[in-house]
Amino acid sequence: MKLGRVVGRVVSTKKMPCIEGLKLLLVQPLDHLQQNAGPIIAAFDTVKAGEGDLIFFESGKEAAQANPNGWFNPADAAIIGIVDAMNTEETR
Amino acid sequence: MIVGRVVANVVSTEKHPQYVGYKLLMVQPIDINGQPKGKSILALDAVQAGIGDTVLVVDEGGSARSALGDEKALTIRTAICGIVDRIDIEATT
Repeated sequence: MKLGRVVGRVVSTKKMPCIEGLKLLLVQPLDHLQQNAGPIIAAFDTVKAGEGDLIFFESGKEAAQANPNGWFNPADAAIIGIVDAMNTEETR
Repeated sequence: MIVGRVVANVVSTEKHPQYVGYKLLMVQPIDINGQPKGKSILALDAVQAGIGDTVLVVDEGGSARSALGDEKALTIRTAICGIVDRIDIEATT
């Protein structure tokens, strides 16, 4: 799992039937200080996240398992949760 | 497995149902000298770790699910499976 921020959305009409009905969002991965960490990726949303939200996402095979339409689908990133608060060593 | 240090805890209410009930911690991987190395990752806690602890993290689905004792939670991939007491390394000459 990694921390990230939703920075945009992706609209796709022509796609595989097994990934229809899912919202695709652009996610900027972040480190624990909320600094950018790596390139922006596209991820499926499972928690009704929106632009600007701090979220965490899962990548790899486990992301495909989060698809409510079934596990056999070509997805490798899924937004798993929305972050309410973060306590770091610096803020403690 | 990854050796790292817990640098943050993360609070989330709205999340995938399979993640409900687990503590979520952010881990910064460290190198042999204890210096930060690589990108920080989020992991579910199976061993009651806390901020500042040096921990062992598994970043593989089957291992993480067995660490948490929840074989059915197929969306879970990363878990903290141990707290490191001490690391002994060979002296460099």
